[in-house]
Amino acid sequence: MLSDARLIAAKDLRIEASSRVLLTQVLPFGLMVLLLFGFGISPDRQVLGEVPRRSVLEQVSPGLFWITVLFAALLGLGRSFSIEAADGNLDGLRLGGLDPAGIFLGKAAAVIVQLAVLEVIVGVGAILLFGVSLANVGLLAVTIVGATVAIGCAGTLYATLAAGQRVRETLVPLLVLPVLAPVLLGATQATEAALFGPVSDGWPWAGLLGAFALLYIAIGIVAFGSFLEES
Amino acid sequence: MDAVVLGLEDGWQYVVPGYAITFGLIGIYAVWVVRRGRKLSAELPDDERRFLD
Amino acid sequence: MTRVTTTQSEDAKSAKSKAPRDAFGTASKLTRVFGVAAFVLTSALLVFALVISPPEVIQGESVRLFYIHVPSAIVSLYLAFSITLVGSIIYLRKKSIFWDLMAGAAAEIGVIFCAITLITGMLWGRPTWGVYWKWDPRLTSTAVSFLLYVGYLAVRKLELPPHVRRQRAAILGIISFANLIIVRYSVQWWRSLHQGTTLDPVDTQLDGSMLFSFFLGMLAMIAIGAWLLVHRFRVAWMEERKAEQSLAAAIVERQSEGRS
Repeated sequence: MLSDARLIAAKDLRIEASSRVLLTQVLPFGLMVLLLFGFGISPDRQVLGEVPRRSVLEQVSPGLFWITVLFAALLGLGRSFSIEAADGNLDGLRLGGLDPAGIFLGKAAAVIVQLAVLEVIVGVGAILLFGVSLANVGLLAVTIVGATVAIGCAGTLYATLAAGQRVRETLVPLLVLPVLAPVLLGATQATEAALFGPVSDGWPWAGLLGAFALLYIAIGIVAFGSFLEES
Repeated sequence: MDAVVLGLEDGWQYVVPGYAITFGLIGIYAVWVVRRGRKLSAELPDDERRFLD
Repeated sequence: MTRVTTTQSEDAKSAKSKAPRDAFGTASKLTRVFGVAAFVLTSALLVFALVISPPEVIQGESVRLFYIHVPSAIVSLYLAFSITLVGSIIYLRKKSIFWDLMAGAAAEIGVIFCAITLITGMLWGRPTWGVYWKWDPRLTSTAVSFLLYVGYLAVRKLELPPHVRRQRAAILGIISFANLIIVRYSVQWWRSLHQGTTLDPVDTQLDGSMLFSFFLGMLAMIAIGAWLLVHRFRVAWMEERKAEQSLAAAIVERQSEGRS
């Protein structure tokens, strides 16, 4: 299972390394969304009654960051499956004797790695553009790992449902976003706690994200095979 | 804040649309389902509708 | 003698089955029972909920929305989506088309009642909270659940080979119910950190004719839901038959083309 997963993940990452679609298209999209948030929420507006004084943009930056990541993840997922959709590649992989759970873990792992790179760059962008000062890196790191694994696994599972379908591009967001709503909640709360305190409020949310991550790894391993089966 | 808002409005202007929308929506859906059922059962021979027995 | 009787009764049966069946479509004795119950209970509900029961001390007249809001929430989130869950599990075990169609029909009715829950909840919120939407944990998680099942219905419409589509829908039907619970508790946790308890439509204290109105609302919504479910299931069943028939016809056509 794990060696199959490594095979698939390496394949997807190799395709990205040569095509650089995520790097040259999805990442710029993410940075553009950050700028758009600045235009949508006036950067000069201050939060009233807060000490120290903070701009509205800084105050809501954790949520904006995670929404940007979610949108970018949707594009990344679309990419992850458009490289498979040609000629029913996904079935080819399974018929080629690869373990379905391995295919799932491999696809998810490639999405997670790419998403993590994107998060670091978009995160730096958010810190610079929204004037956020970094704090509690430990909690932030745990949050990012938990949320990214949860997004990658749940996203891969749901994207498979619509893989190869004409309505894929419109259906995947509808399926994935309600499912990831609790992940967005948890990630935003944990990031808020890490940046603005109190830090102790953030750890339970980070734990919840970890639980989501494990849950979706488990669901994916169990269910992915029957999504492919007989198709 | 709740206490200030409470009781200031009479409420009927929300109750009436609520009931109208609820039963309107159910009604529209019911008409759609029943009409579709009639159309389909006219198109299908009797023995294909075993659910009736 | 016996033989004659049988033929006669068979003739009568087929004659009888032609006319009324086409006229009534998906109706049958069962739906008539549910239909009459739904009509009687709904009429009684309207009388009790809108005329006989008094306004509540704190909420005033808007308490009347409660008699349809909570029942439709229960029918949607607890009954309909549970039927989808059960149908999906049975489909995976027995590959029974009956339960696949039942799961789909129940999800559609669940989505309708979920929409009603959201609309009546917002209309209840305006006079009670002063705003249509207060990010109340129950309403918020209901909104997400609504979208979860809209997605489920979209997957049921995918152009896939029937057995593949059923398989995917069944797994999604199970995962969606798990998600419904996850969303519910995470939203509740999120809101509990930000504010104290507010008035919640479900916590309303009722007695006398108000309690009876709520009870009627519950029964009326269940009867309406059951009536819709049977009709919707039969429509789905016939759609399935029709798809099979047109497939068979297409194959026959193909074969005759090949021969000529």
